[in-house]
Amino acid sequence: MKVLVKSGRVIDPANKIDEKLDILIVDGKIAELAPNIDAGDAEVINAAGLLVTPGLIDMHVHLRDPGLEYKEDIISGTRAAAAGGVTSVACMPNTSPVNDNLAVTKYIISKAQEQGTANVYPIGCITKGLKGEILAEMGTLQTGGCVGFSDDGLPVKDGEMMRRALEYANTFGAPIISHAEDISLVAGGCMNEGPVSTELGLKGIPWVAEDATTARDIMLAELTGAHLHVAHVSTKGSVELVRQAKARGVRVTCEAAPHHFILTDDAVRGYNTNAKMNPPLRSQADVDAVRAGLADGTIDAIATDHAPHHHDEKNVEFAIAMNGVVGLETMLPLTLKLVGEKVLSLSQAIALMTCQPAAILGIDRGTLSVGAVADIALVNPNKEWTVEPAKLHSKSKNTAFAGQQMKGCAMKTLLAGKEVYTRS
Amino acid sequence: MSFNPRHILGIKDMTAEQLTFILDTAESFKEINSREIKKVPTLRGKTIINLFFEASTRTRTSFEIAGKRLSADTVNIAASSSSVVKGETLEDTARNIEAMLPDIIVMRHNASGACQYLAERLNCSVINAGDGMHEHPSQALLDAFTIRQHKGRIEGLTVAIVGDITHSRVVRSNIYCLTKLGAKVRIAGPGTMLPPGLERLGCEVYNNLEDAIRDADCVMMLRIQRERQGASLIPSVSEYARFFGLNETKLKLAKPDAIVMHPGPINRGVELASAVADGQQNVILDQVENGVSVRMALLYLVAGGEKLQAV
Repeated sequence: MKVLVKSGRVIDPANKIDEKLDILIVDGKIAELAPNIDAGDAEVINAAGLLVTPGLIDMHVHLRDPGLEYKEDIISGTRAAAAGGVTSVACMPNTSPVNDNLAVTKYIISKAQEQGTANVYPIGCITKGLKGEILAEMGTLQTGGCVGFSDDGLPVKDGEMMRRALEYANTFGAPIISHAEDISLVAGGCMNEGPVSTELGLKGIPWVAEDATTARDIMLAELTGAHLHVAHVSTKGSVELVRQAKARGVRVTCEAAPHHFILTDDAVRGYNTNAKMNPPLRSQADVDAVRAGLADGTIDAIATDHAPHHHDEKNVEFAIAMNGVVGLETMLPLTLKLVGEKVLSLSQAIALMTCQPAAILGIDRGTLSVGAVADIALVNPNKEWTVEPAKLHSKSKNTAFAGQQMKGCAMKTLLAGKEVYTRS
Repeated sequence: MSFNPRHILGIKDMTAEQLTFILDTAESFKEINSREIKKVPTLRGKTIINLFFEASTRTRTSFEIAGKRLSADTVNIAASSSSVVKGETLEDTARNIEAMLPDIIVMRHNASGACQYLAERLNCSVINAGDGMHEHPSQALLDAFTIRQHKGRIEGLTVAIVGDITHSRVVRSNIYCLTKLGAKVRIAGPGTMLPPGLERLGCEVYNNLEDAIRDADCVMMLRIQRERQGASLIPSVSEYARFFGLNETKLKLAKPDAIVMHPGPINRGVELASAVADGQQNVILDQVENGVSVRMALLYLVAGGEKLQAV
C-alpha cells in the first residue's frame, strides 16, 4: 500500500525541514521525502498549496470515556481530533471509573484502536480514585500504555504526596502532570478575580491560587530531580516561575491552552458559561505573558484541555455551570493566529503541537522522519471558516469561539497513512 | 422622551436621561400614593409574578404593593434557591411560570446574572429585584429618588457608601446610578470586603470610614450580611462596629445636613448606632416609602406606559 503526498510545503520542525517536498508512504510509514518522487503505483494526494505537517498532538484532552459518554466518547472525541488535524491525544483519567487501574487503561487503548480515528495515549491517575491519599500503581499502568500521570481536574493538595508521586513516577521515567491549583485560595471562585468579576458580581479566583501551587511543584521537582509537567499555565506568574526554573536546570515543562492565549476574562461578560473553565480566562497581562512564554520557549506545548460538557451542564446560572470548553477542532487556527500576529514562526507553532509534546510524553510521534509512522496533517493556513457549534464533530458543543471567524484548518488528516478526515 | 424598556436588568447600561425619566415618572406615582384611594387602573388585566429565590420582606412587599396599586394581579412565589438541590433548572422553573402567561416576572435570585439568563430565554418582561452580587436596580433608583427628594438634586453631591462592598448588589447599582447622575461616590470598607477594580466603576475607594464620609452630603451604610460571608472577612461584629459602624460622633464629619441612608434591614449597634438609626438625619423610612413609587414607575414603564396624564 503506497501513498504519495505530492507538492506540499513540508514542515517538520524536529528535522528542521521547511520546503516543498513529496512524501512517499509505504505500509503506513514514511518511506521517502524528496522533490518530485515518481508516483509509480502509489495513490496520489495532491498537496499543492497546502502545508504538510506531522499529525498534531494534543496532550491534554478529556475523552469522557468510560462512563461519561453523554458528553463525549472515544469515537466522537477522536473524530473531533481528526477534524482538527490532530492524530494523537493524551486523555485525562477523570473518567467514571477513573483510570487508576489496568482494566480502564486497556479499555481505552483497545476501543481507540478498534474504533478511533486518532492515537490515544492514556494518562493515569497520580493517586487512587483521584483522592490524593494513596499512589496509583503507576508502574503497572505504564505497562498497559499510560504515558504520564495526573490527577487533572484536581490538584494534589498534600505536598508530601506530590513529592512521593514525583519520585515514584521518576522510577519509571514518566512525567507527573500537575493541575496546579490551591483550592483554599480558589475559595469557591468561578472566574478570574479582577475588575470584570467585580463588575459582574461573581466570586473571583486570584492568580495566586495557580502560582502558589506551581511554585511548590517546581520546588518539588527541583528537590526530587523528577520531570514535572505543568498543565494549562494561565498566569503571568506561572510562566515566569517556569522560565526561572528552566534557567536553573529544573526538569520542568509546561503547556498552554489556546483559550488562554486568545481570550481574556472579558469573554465572561453576559455570563457566558462557555467562557467558564479552570483555570479561568485571565487578564490581558496574563495573555501577553503566555504568548511571550510560547515565543521564548518557556512553554513547551500547546494543548487544548478539550473538556466536553452537555448543553444542560452549561445552560445554567454561571456560578453553577461546569468548567471547561471543547478545543480539538479550533487548536490549529488559533495557534496559526499567533503566526499571523508574528508571535511565533510557523515552525515554532507546529513544533508546539507536534514534536515538543511528543518529547514530553516520550511517544514516537510528531515527526516526518523516514521510518516514522505516517501521521500527517494537510493544512490550508488561509482557509477561512466560522465556528458553528452544531457542526463540530465532538458530541458536546461548548466552544468558547462560537460564531467566530477562524483562519486555517486541516483539509485532510492521515493516520498511519490512512485518511481519517477529509474536509468536505 | 419615552422610555419603555422590555426588561430592567441593571443600571449599568442605562443613560442619565433614562434614569431621570424613571425618577420623574416615580414622582407622579408618589402623588398617587399620597391620595386617600391609592389605586389606579393602569395595569388592570396584567399579571405580575414576584419570583423570589431568596428571602425578602421589604423588596417583595414593595413590588407587590406597587403592582396592586396599579391594579395588576400580583402573585408571589417563594422558590427554593438552589436549582441543584431542587432538581429543576432555573430555565424549567421559569418556563413553567411563563406558561401561565404573566406579563412581568420580578425576580430575585442568589446567582449573579440570573435575571439576564431569564430575560434571554423568556418572552415576558423581567425586572431584576436583586441578582447575587451583581445589581439591584430598583434599590438604586429609590435611593436616588430619596436623595433628590432631600437635596433637590444629585449632580455635584458627594455620597459615601460604607460596608461589605464585595457582596453588595446595592453598591454596584448605586455606583452606576449616582455617577451617571453626576454625584461623586466614595466607597469604604475593610480590605476583605473591597473587591479589585472598584475604581474602574467610577468611584473613589477608602479603607476608613472617617475619610470617606468627611464632608459628604449623604452617607449610605450597608447591612453586614452575615449569611453571605466566609469566616475570614471580619474577626467580629463588635470590631466591625468599632471601625466601620456609624455613630453620632463620626457622623459629625459629614456635612451638618447630611442624610443617612440604609437599604435595610438594619443591624442596630453594628453598622448603625441606634442614635443614628433613629436620629434626625436618617431617611431610611423615606427610602422604603419611595420604593413603592419607584417600583410602580418601573412596572408601568416596562408594561408600556407612556404619558401619565391618563392615570
